[in-house]
Amino acid sequence: MTLETVRNEPTQEADRKLVIFAWSGDLDKVWPTLILATTAAAMGQQVTVFFTFWGLFPLVRNDVRITGENWMQRMMSTMNRGGTKHLKLSKMNFAGAGPRMMRKLARDHKVASPQELLEMALDMGVKLVPCQMTMDLLGLSRDDLIDGIADPAGATTALLDAEDATTLFI
Amino acid sequence: MNELVTRTLDLKGLSCPLPIVKTAKAMKELESGDLVEVFATDPGSVPDFAAWSKATGHELVEQTQDASVFRFLLRKR
Repeated sequence: MTLETVRNEPTQEADRKLVIFAWSGDLDKVWPTLILATTAAAMGQQVTVFFTFWGLFPLVRNDVRITGENWMQRMMSTMNRGGTKHLKLSKMNFAGAGPRMMRKLARDHKVASPQELLEMALDMGVKLVPCQMTMDLLGLSRDDLIDGIADPAGATTALLDAEDATTLFI
Repeated sequence: MNELVTRTLDLKGLSCPLPIVKTAKAMKELESGDLVEVFATDPGSVPDFAAWSKATGHELVEQTQDASVFRFLLRKR
């Protein structure tokens, strides 16, 4: 290519929006969710990720061990620790050996970790919205979740946001 | 090239989406018309920088390759 290359004009730039419904808390799904969110932000899109059900656990602070207000919620967090550093693989988890190998491969290939991608997403203005209903269901308080995210909201807010956006359910 | 490159980014070794994300971040700190030179080794960055240029309007002025290193010259819109 040469200097004479025709300048590309971005198409409908202000209109481009991406809304991801992050339902899964699996490492191998959270990873692409955050890759797509940061990339879309880099492309100038307005990005919102709505975290619901298992998808909410990656937003839990890595240093919070047990969450929940009653024994059922506490038991669930015992078996399914929150935070980007404690995510499991949807297959080949092998009691944590799988994720460790996957993270090592990622480091060797200089693939950004979910934690790095999450920080980048916040830095780039990606709106991370925790689902209020899931927080109530799992007994997660605002203090259990990382800083910098949007206020908890419900399905209506998420769907309204998604009306004129490209949407993904991951 | 007779124009001065404003910023050079060494993104060799990084995998998707870091080359694009880091370039986008650097672009924010520059002025319209500034030239950015990016070095990357991710083969996926070849189609990705073309797509990113199309999406953002930052002009992909030149793209060259030296062995396994790709060089992209971009102009901020």
